[in-house]
Amino acid sequence: MIERGYYEGFGGAYLPEILIVTFDELVETFQKAKSDPSFWQEYTEIMSTYSCRPTPLTFAENLTARFGGGRIYIKREDLNHTGAHKANNVMGQGLLVKRMGKTRVIAETGAGQHGVATATMAARFGFKCTIYMGEVDMERQRPNVFWMERLGAEVIPVLEGTRILKDAINEAFRDWVTNMDTTHYVLGTACGPHPFPEMVAYFQSIIGKEARKQILKYEERLPARIYACVGGGSNALGIFSGFLDDPVELVGVEAAGRGLNSGQHAARLCSEDASIGVAQGYKTYFLQNSDGQMKETHSVAAGLDYVGVSPILAQLKESGRVRFEATTDRQVVDALSLTIRKEGLIPALESAHAFAQAFKEASTLSKDDIILINQSGRGDKDIFTVADAFADPKWQEFIKNKAEQYHA
Amino acid sequence: MLESYLRSRLSEKEILLMTHIVLGYPTFEDSFKIIQAMVKGGVDLMELQIPFSEPIADGPVILHANQKALALGTTVNKCFDFAQKVTRTFDIPFLFMSYYNILFKYGVDRFAADTADGHLRGAIVPDLPPEEGQDYLKAMEKHNLAPIFIFSPTTTAERMKYIASFAQGFIYCVARKGVTGVDTDFSGQLERYLARCRKATGLPLALGFGVKDKEDIDFLRGKVDIAVIGTQTIRLVEKEGVGVVEEFIKNLTE
Repeated sequence: MIERGYYEGFGGAYLPEILIVTFDELVETFQKAKSDPSFWQEYTEIMSTYSCRPTPLTFAENLTARFGGGRIYIKREDLNHTGAHKANNVMGQGLLVKRMGKTRVIAETGAGQHGVATATMAARFGFKCTIYMGEVDMERQRPNVFWMERLGAEVIPVLEGTRILKDAINEAFRDWVTNMDTTHYVLGTACGPHPFPEMVAYFQSIIGKEARKQILKYEERLPARIYACVGGGSNALGIFSGFLDDPVELVGVEAAGRGLNSGQHAARLCSEDASIGVAQGYKTYFLQNSDGQMKETHSVAAGLDYVGVSPILAQLKESGRVRFEATTDRQVVDALSLTIRKEGLIPALESAHAFAQAFKEASTLSKDDIILINQSGRGDKDIFTVADAFADPKWQEFIKNKAEQYHA
Repeated sequence: MLESYLRSRLSEKEILLMTHIVLGYPTFEDSFKIIQAMVKGGVDLMELQIPFSEPIADGPVILHANQKALALGTTVNKCFDFAQKVTRTFDIPFLFMSYYNILFKYGVDRFAADTADGHLRGAIVPDLPPEEGQDYLKAMEKHNLAPIFIFSPTTTAERMKYIASFAQGFIYCVARKGVTGVDTDFSGQLERYLARCRKATGLPLALGFGVKDKEDIDFLRGKVDIAVIGTQTIRLVEKEGVGVVEEFIKNLTE
């Protein structure tokens, strides 16, 4: 092994022997690309011509007035191609796959956004593509499954374990250990064995680099606080990385699900149900029992209910650089509703966690302060979940009629 | 010493047989009966897998066995108690097999101490390369246990030597890319790979992943020292019950 990325005790590469050579190749390709000045240029070029970068920073005038505290700005990662920050990572990894000369990509997906982004990248670069998705997530996120299949990907339902994201990751690893000669595993977040945390954080850092420049241009000062939701942690690391050396308070928001005391949540950095462990190839905080068996997780947002968390965020929590909070499903749906009505923006349920926490705190800040929220993705994919949460009668009627049409 | 036991067995028998079971699957009672049948059938050593919720190197059959064992209430403490009973009853070496998080949460040193107290001879931890295993290696050495390491077809000659420098007991050679329980092509390619393994270490060699019948074991005779049967015995118990295990094992090395 060339290097085994640790972040003050978190991270590492706990790999089955069969994958060691594949990881050596990946580490080497990534390090070479990273130290090649033309690589970042190639990457930003493709992101500006194929995705929608730089994504804008939107001043949320109505929400600012509603809370009467800090000035609220929203970083619009939802405007990326495929509707989420996920595009930043997959296009970067796609360029590395080309460098390695591989022809097939596999990925896991929870909310489906990473799966759609990977399938899109594969279509664009001409790679074969297989996506692993927990059966429960497939039911929650059918629209994304539809798009992945239209994009030419094979979507394989994972029926093992809790049938959500962590199980899809295990299945993707099982595929990889068989097919690594031709296949790259496009891991979707800043988790997993080294070099994935570093690599994904590197590609996502484009968010923070842009946001810093934009806020300085608009307001000629830095924000007081930045909020980002935390599943695996890639969008949070993306925006935070632009401000790590600044006097800016960084707030990561986890899924409190049905409440931190309910046993049905996904809070790894701010609940006592989590502890340090080693699984899925790396050391971090996991929601696990005292034997080291992973627990079930829950969140209204399929993309946040992952059992581990980025080792880089675990280190940033330990060092006190990032504050972690958690917000419940109910608070999230309310924040989503308010954002839609006040600003005409539809954040993904994942991103709405960051909004919910910011709303809890906005009025405590002064009018001169700036709040920055990372809207990591757009919410149209959540229409079934959100319509259920709102118990929208017209939508229910539509679904009923549609079902009858299919039966006819 | 595990290695000297293996050497003495090898002076009587051309190829040894190692089997694998998931503790608590289908129940601890059945686990005991399976072990009893295997020992009667002539197995030379056994891996006892402590189930883990995320067994990434295992295929569907062992994965399900892990999940079911956990769903039925298997805990690490129960596995230790059970293993102690097993080593007191049967006179062959037993090894623990599990994933690193089980050791990490139990406490690596405590794990090794209790493994030694339970009279097991070593452990196989497939997601722990030597680079990440310094605490584990120290603990295993302190308690006179064999850390079993793995070679794979992708392991370079240089790395095989590196791994062998930490290994004790024997080396577990994975027959092919992939997870457990998928067919392996027993061919010249496998033979060449095993010759590479042999060149890298003086330790006995075991071969696992896809070994399922007498024909496979006959192929391995003279090429490795231990054949490992894992998934196949679980399949057999699921399909035909514990009653057929003894006969199955007996026929493998006859």
